[in-house]
Amino acid sequence: MTETEARLKALMLLGLDGDAQAYRLLLSLLGGRLRAYFERRMRDAPGDVEDLVQETLMAVHTKRATYDRAQPFTPWAFALARYKLIDHWRRRKVRIAVPLDDYVEVLAAYAPEPGSAMDIDRALETLPQRQRDLVRQVKIEGLSLAEAGARAGVSEGAAKVALHRALKVLGERMRGRADG
Amino acid sequence: MRTDDLIDQLATAPTPVRGGAVQRRFLAAAVAAALAALVLCLGWLHTRDDLAQAVGGRMFWMKALYTVLLAAAGFLALERLARPEGVPRKALLFGGVVLAVFLSLAMAQMMMAEPHERMAMLRGQSWTVCAMHILTLALPGLAITLLVLRRMAPTRPMLTGFAAGAFAGAVSATVYGLHCGESTMVFVGVWYTLGVLGTGLLGAIAGRWALRW
Repeated sequence: MTETEARLKALMLLGLDGDAQAYRLLLSLLGGRLRAYFERRMRDAPGDVEDLVQETLMAVHTKRATYDRAQPFTPWAFALARYKLIDHWRRRKVRIAVPLDDYVEVLAAYAPEPGSAMDIDRALETLPQRQRDLVRQVKIEGLSLAEAGARAGVSEGAAKVALHRALKVLGERMRGRADG
Repeated sequence: MRTDDLIDQLATAPTPVRGGAVQRRFLAAAVAAALAALVLCLGWLHTRDDLAQAVGGRMFWMKALYTVLLAAAGFLALERLARPEGVPRKALLFGGVVLAVFLSLAMAQMMMAEPHERMAMLRGQSWTVCAMHILTLALPGLAITLLVLRRMAPTRPMLTGFAAGAFAGAVSATVYGLHCGESTMVFVGVWYTLGVLGTGLLGAIAGRWALRW
């Protein structure tokens, strides 16, 4: 470990002085260690490991002026890697959160866990009567949109729009509750 | 792109980087910030009428010393915060001591004054504009400092932004001394400090989005 650090630091100092060969060796040695670092932490998304290795190597290169020659090299390089990893998680969370909104309907309609059935009932209570009936008939009793629409005296299209709105409100209420 | 190709690309004739590059860039930023503040100060606010006399006085230099020391604390903080996971412990301590000493002196001056004079000392002639002037003169310096930081590797965007703002604010406050004729420590301790901290706050807000890389 300390031997590796001594070697990497020596290569980095040469690289900072403009030695291309030492610098290339440093980047490829570091690349291998970064790959192992990210693989350990990205088991759920191994496809992103190489991207992170490359982003970190790029940061090592463009931000190399911030390396303090008096300090060890490894902590500096892995601080960059940590920043890239956290940044990656933050961006991925955003990416996951956006499509989730599109599935609120699905999530609300298939009450998945027994405990949440009561929550759905309670959330349903807060809807206006007509919307509540519509959700019950279509999503719980299994009527078609046309049938439910006929019962309420509206067209299939109108029933579809009303149902969509009701589910959206329901989804928002459920999420609001989950967020506390 | 394959990682090996990327490495080849990066390692082709790397430009040498001399030691102390971070310090040099912030010194350059300080010079640029001071020049920008000076141009604004001369073109917009003009120097105080009694400048020639004032430079012979103690208070003129006392004000300058206070803000220069604050700028130095900002510089030391930036020098740490520009590096990944850098901790500006000494800089915060130094800045805190400068602030505490000056504010104690100001407090002592206030206590020694006659009670009916205290409000006048606090308000001076320009208490309504002082902090805002310092903040305005600091804006170009703040932008320059943030630009310099973007090419470095700060990992605490808000704290780093605050340090950048306080740094630019303190440089600007030093230049502002050429215009401002106030001569009590009470006034400087309150309004100059607010101007510097206000610029710091602005920097913290800007840093949240400006200092991502």
